[in-house]
Amino acid sequence: MKRLEFIKTTGAATAFTAVGGIGLLSTIKPSSNAQQVTILHTNDVHSHIDPFPSNDSKYPNLGGVSRRHSYIQNVIAENPNTLVFDAGDAFQGTPYFNFYGGELEYKLMSKMGYHASTIGNHEFDNGIANIAAQLAHAKFDMLNANYDVSNTILDGMVQPHQVYEVNGFSIGVFGLGIELEGLVSKELYKETKYINPVEIAQEQSKILKEDLNCDLVICLSHLGYSYKSNRIDDLKLAKQTKNIDLIIGGHTHTFLDQPSVVENAIGDKVLVNQVGWAGINVGRIDFYFNAEDDNRNQSLVIEV
Amino acid sequence: MKKFYFLMCIGCFLACKEQPKQLSFVKGQQIQINDSIPAEENIEEFIRPYRERITQEMEGKLSYTPKAMYKSDYKLNTPLGNMMADAVMEMANPVFKSKTGRDIDIVLLNYGGIRSGINAGAITTKTAYNIMPFENKVAVAELSSKELQLLVDYLVKNKTAHPISGLQIILNAEGNLEEFNINAEPIQEQSYYVATSDYLVKGGDSMDFFLSSKYVQLLDYKLRNVFIDYFEKKDSIDYQRDERFYQLED
Repeated sequence: MKRLEFIKTTGAATAFTAVGGIGLLSTIKPSSNAQQVTILHTNDVHSHIDPFPSNDSKYPNLGGVSRRHSYIQNVIAENPNTLVFDAGDAFQGTPYFNFYGGELEYKLMSKMGYHASTIGNHEFDNGIANIAAQLAHAKFDMLNANYDVSNTILDGMVQPHQVYEVNGFSIGVFGLGIELEGLVSKELYKETKYINPVEIAQEQSKILKEDLNCDLVICLSHLGYSYKSNRIDDLKLAKQTKNIDLIIGGHTHTFLDQPSVVENAIGDKVLVNQVGWAGINVGRIDFYFNAEDDNRNQSLVIEV
Repeated sequence: MKKFYFLMCIGCFLACKEQPKQLSFVKGQQIQINDSIPAEENIEEFIRPYRERITQEMEGKLSYTPKAMYKSDYKLNTPLGNMMADAVMEMANPVFKSKTGRDIDIVLLNYGGIRSGINAGAITTKTAYNIMPFENKVAVAELSSKELQLLVDYLVKNKTAHPISGLQIILNAEGNLEEFNINAEPIQEQSYYVATSDYLVKGGDSMDFFLSSKYVQLLDYKLRNVFIDYFEKKDSIDYQRDERFYQLED
């Protein structure tokens, strides 16, 4: 049947071929009539609304919501078929959270045009009722599929998944949260029940890919990028599941040189990404689809 | 057989109205948000009043100190550490008492948890954020006299100016324990209530003696708020090094 070949190139190699040879470059470019969906993402912004001060020892003058807004607007101007996601822990880390409880974080994410976020452990820092209160300021979806919040104030305010229609493409997105016991005190998360994320991911991705025929399935995960122990993480999740195209991760504040490419349970490629924390970086993943009348057998090229 | 299967698939795809489109190319990159990207002025305008209120409150004067205090000022006990431990005793005890009917006997914080010094002059909300940027809350652990002895052993061994209150430790000239008192009394066969942070009570900073505590009461009271409330209560903070932890000379 169809030969689906995987070619991975690096940014450095691309830069080289761009200078060195048109011939090679043309093999790693989307066809001119391919249609594009752009995904922008952040994680663990932790109330970093202002850039780090210029005398910061680690991240001088990096980050800042008003710059991130400009960047997102530029990308949307270039390609209106853009979705913006966050992988949780928008709360806690600067006095903006201590003073306003997350109100400003959610108002600004709404202004920046975020489509969805997921629940990080620090979202519970002022209690689960505070999440409910702040969601009143959110014009984006709060997605989580593995916390049963039916016996909490969040009942009805969190959806397991959402399907976004952009330019005729269906992008299915679901959320996963980390085990709260031992990480967050019970008084804060109350009757929230944590469910095994692997089983839930299988179920959600099947619904999105097979039942709802989504063109892309994205997981917003606050599980963490990688643990040496057998605790579930994004890399293990990618390996143990199928039907997921991209995992946008958080929690471990991991800076990656490039998105990781992992083979899933049936040998398909999954992209796993995380962009540090504090809004220092924005991740950008561009997906190109063949035009519908393009029946050529083509290999999938992933350039990271 | 294979061919048949293939045709079946085609048939199936034709029957479905919506068939996922074929992904051909994926490109991933990371964009650093730095000063090469201009700030959106509308967003700056929107943030400004929130920021200004924080700045105002952060800089609002709560108290005053005639002299600067740093955690490294002296060995074994310092004005800064003493102030912090006494603040927890004074502010957290009424909360603990209203919950349990009991009194806090001892306060123990950790030297490493003092994240900044205090400059001479005005003490502000920002001062409290500087010395305690974390969100830790006060926890009170019930320790047996045996566990309390381990707590004292830890302090004797470390010889670090961990903030303490309600406890006096005297070392002999060789640096070994000479005597210790709890609220000026020698240790009894009884339970003691030790206020600390929800970080240390879980054994943070190798304070393993907390791990065997059979009862821990978490107070919904952040350490930073303890200090803010304490500063608001006091017109001025003028703390000294004292004899709560010292070494005898030859």
